[in-house]
Amino acid sequence: MRFDDTIFALASAPGKSAVAIVRLSGGAARETVCRLTGGEPPAPRQAELRRLADPHNHTEIDRALVLWFPGPASYTGEDVAEFHVHGGRAVIAALLSALSAMKELRPAEAGEFSRRAFEHGKLDLTAAEGIADLVDAETEIQRRQALRQSGGALGELYEDWRRRLLRIRALIESTIDFSDQELPDGVLDPVAPEIHAISTEISAHLRDGGRGERLREGVQVAILGPVNAGKSSLLNRLAGRDAAIVAAEEGTTRDVIEVRMDLDGWPLTVADTAGLRVATSDVEAEGMRRAHARAGEADLKIVLLDGAHWPNSDEEVEALVDNEALAVLNKCDLLAESAPAARFGGKPLLKVSCKTGEGLDELLERIKDFLEARYLPSDSPVLTRSRHRHALEKCLESLHRYDIDAGEELAAEELRLAADCLGRITGRSDIEQVLDIIFKEFCIGK
Amino acid sequence: MTTTPSKYDVIVIGGGHAGCEAAGAAARLGAETLLLTHKLQTIGEMSCNPAIGGLAKGTLVREVDALDGLMGRVADQAGIQFRVLNRSKGPAVHGPRAQQDRALYRAAMQQELKQQAHLTLRAEAVEDIVVDRDARITGVVTARGETILASRVVLTTGTFLKGVIHIGEKRISAGRVGDPAETGLADTLQDRGFRLGRLKTGTPPRLDGRTIDFAGLQRQPGDNPPQPFSYLNDTVSQRQIDCFITGTGIASHDLIRANLLKSALYSGNITGVGPRYCPSIEDKITRFPDRNSHQIFLEPEGLEDHTIYPNGISTSLPEDVQLAMLHTIPGLEKVQMVRPGYAIEYDFIDPRELWPSLQTKRIGGLYLAGQINGTTGYEEAAAQGIIAGLNAALAAGGSDKPFILNRADAFIGVMIDDLTTQGAAEPYRMFTSRSEYRIKLRPDNADQRLTAKAIDLGCVGRGRQTAFEDKMRAQDRALSQMKSLDASPNKLSEYGVKVKHDGVLRSALELLAFPEIDQEQLARIWPQLGKVDSKMFAQIKIESGYTRYLERQSADIDAFKRDEELLLPIGLDYGRIGGLSTEACNKLQTGLPPTLGAASRIAGVTPAAITALLRHVKRLDQSSLNPR
Repeated sequence: MRFDDTIFALASAPGKSAVAIVRLSGGAARETVCRLTGGEPPAPRQAELRRLADPHNHTEIDRALVLWFPGPASYTGEDVAEFHVHGGRAVIAALLSALSAMKELRPAEAGEFSRRAFEHGKLDLTAAEGIADLVDAETEIQRRQALRQSGGALGELYEDWRRRLLRIRALIESTIDFSDQELPDGVLDPVAPEIHAISTEISAHLRDGGRGERLREGVQVAILGPVNAGKSSLLNRLAGRDAAIVAAEEGTTRDVIEVRMDLDGWPLTVADTAGLRVATSDVEAEGMRRAHARAGEADLKIVLLDGAHWPNSDEEVEALVDNEALAVLNKCDLLAESAPAARFGGKPLLKVSCKTGEGLDELLERIKDFLEARYLPSDSPVLTRSRHRHALEKCLESLHRYDIDAGEELAAEELRLAADCLGRITGRSDIEQVLDIIFKEFCIGK
Repeated sequence: MTTTPSKYDVIVIGGGHAGCEAAGAAARLGAETLLLTHKLQTIGEMSCNPAIGGLAKGTLVREVDALDGLMGRVADQAGIQFRVLNRSKGPAVHGPRAQQDRALYRAAMQQELKQQAHLTLRAEAVEDIVVDRDARITGVVTARGETILASRVVLTTGTFLKGVIHIGEKRISAGRVGDPAETGLADTLQDRGFRLGRLKTGTPPRLDGRTIDFAGLQRQPGDNPPQPFSYLNDTVSQRQIDCFITGTGIASHDLIRANLLKSALYSGNITGVGPRYCPSIEDKITRFPDRNSHQIFLEPEGLEDHTIYPNGISTSLPEDVQLAMLHTIPGLEKVQMVRPGYAIEYDFIDPRELWPSLQTKRIGGLYLAGQINGTTGYEEAAAQGIIAGLNAALAAGGSDKPFILNRADAFIGVMIDDLTTQGAAEPYRMFTSRSEYRIKLRPDNADQRLTAKAIDLGCVGRGRQTAFEDKMRAQDRALSQMKSLDASPNKLSEYGVKVKHDGVLRSALELLAFPEIDQEQLARIWPQLGKVDSKMFAQIKIESGYTRYLERQSADIDAFKRDEELLLPIGLDYGRIGGLSTEACNKLQTGLPPTLGAASRIAGVTPAAITALLRHVKRLDQSSLNPR
């Protein structure tokens, strides 16, 4: 831990909550508040409602209460800022990722806020224990939890990189600590290609298979369905809900209309498509072709059916209902009380009425549930993932600085730092493992 | 039974490399010190290979020297081939090493100790230690039944605790060939609850050099001029000689394979764990069956001694097989053995029984140093010896603050921290890669890292103190001179120095960080720099070459030190600290880490546990605690 930089972390309990607190501590706290809020910090210890925007792309993150505690009269004794944002995970993710992107900030290590408080003689147990306990306990649990994501695959991936880094470090160390031994020729030959391979893999992982990008650039949602099912009405209705903030209307074409919106922190691009039916003209056929193409690209399809013509089975439409689809029946106000239990394409139908607004809140909930299940699979990986990202970026920096021509001892130093960054995620780091590799691979000893 | 009144402040048991340094250090601090050993003439004996220093070990020797220890000075007097290993690599990982004349080394070491004020040497086997009801040591009992009182005792008995020598199927109870083993002490320590482990190590046969045909063998000369170990020396004392290189062949390997079951190592007679970096020749051919040859360095044991140490073939095969095997090796076809190689098994104390001062946790006033703590190597032993000796003397003098070097101070600190927090799963040897800060902990700057601390402690002789202070003053002058002299890119290019043409003035010190710039070149631009001592200049160049890395590391070191400075009290009841997992609690309860930093290095102690501890530490008055 070094204390000359500024740290941040989610300070409230992870998981669903009405309000989440993200805390910053360190010399760059003031600058960060200015950049996020576009103004000076509020008066000390007074909450002020501010608009938070990502300084890189100026997109709004949330409207939040901002608190400013100039040091030394703060929890850690340093300048501290708190952002009380809406508790949605995507909001938290967006804020943490905006903070990660700032050069002078880094995610806090486990217990680091308490540690800084301690160093500045500020750790008042009775006052601080509640929050600090939570933060510290959670970070450790989260670290393990995050690594268990996707059946432990993530942990294995990082551990694999770390093992490979240890192995090539072992090769270099062998030429330093055992240079008086008969080492085979070309001991260092595998090092440069392996560093290249690991760097490439880590870079690709940092782009994280589009998942992170989705969070940054927006999830594609397509509304599909037969003509007159009410797709445009649904789009307008969604855009008009309080929960959805419509950012801008982009290129309206005659066949696909897009609306960008923010659903409880989730950036969405919702597209209304041409109605599906037997085409009567070439233009319409082209429109439908595009609708299908859009359906194929969409992260989430809302398949909207017409309650006025229910029940009605259309195999082509039914085929659209897959794992990335919600089946929705519009115009439920027109349905008879005795309408048959609604399932479509093997999925339960959600009944809504764009006219009365019935069922729309539930639809938004379903959309959020889908996104959370899909893009935020474990209980609360957001915080830990920003730590992962930071550690992986540091690891890459070391790998990029690696230069065997500068000297074996300096090259080994970079590999040690790189492996330590991964060890900070996986929780392991040990010179004994390096020595094990050397002794296994080479005949060492006189 | 007689009891000698308490005439001594410190008793050191054992006259090996740890014992010599411990006794010397305690006496330099002014403690009345008694060194007890089986035989006075084996004080300073090199029982394995006749060399001091090497990779990482050379840095340990320099550190011992920087604390005004003996090993470096003695090795400079007795060295017959000096060579800096890793010379082609960065100076941080250079490994000064010197082949020694064993007889001269012993003699020089004995001479140093005899001259030392406050130190008495006595030939006496020690049977046991005396411990009072408060678990404090009060003295030792000799084999003749005499009790000698002292409140601080340093135990450096090496491999003598229940030592067993194996040569083929033959087994001899001994600590080293020709010397008896200690069993009383091992039992006492075990009875006191010390955790003991068993290790093994081996040594090759010794050869009669007159029966070796060196004609066809590769010659390995030393460095010219030789680079001494000690910061006090500019030259070495002895005539310099060459070593030779030969190697085993297929015939040797076939012979060993055919007799493998006769080897003590493979017959199941040995249960101790051996060092992986020092395998026997039996191990080598078994583990690496594809290799057709293994190198052997033929190292003379002295200028007047015909004995040759064949480095690379430690073995516990029966004597006749050893000889037959030797005869398959080029140059050794007609060689005669002076004595066979052997494996030795011995008890060691789990070093987690020790505080970083090397005092035991179980018996107050008892210090352990050297191989008894699970280490291997003369240098590792000497480095522990000097720390144990200093701390025994400090405590005897009433100080409650031990002398502790941490991981950012010295390789000595790395080693002792590794031992006291991780224990020893195999004989522990120093490697540069064990140190996180090896760019800083270099062989060239051990004096600048440690001598000032040693002067503050009061264990440095006047000569060294003056030399060190003169050197530092001269270095400061040279540094400020080199900072003040600067030149523009245009001026530099007149002298053939290429830098970016950015109009920025560069100081002589900044220029020195460029790999291709040396003193000669700078002296052409600024003639006054030609007068700076070339040794000092070389050192300034090393430091400036690493500046970028050292600066990056300094924040890490600061963070590390903050954790080291937070002391945990002895009687801390970890069970009562909230938020600790059962595993962390058990590990801490057994490990009794003296600092928060040491706690964090215990396997199984998580960051969450450290935070819980931190909160507890906050409640304590740090000034009321003593380091250990």
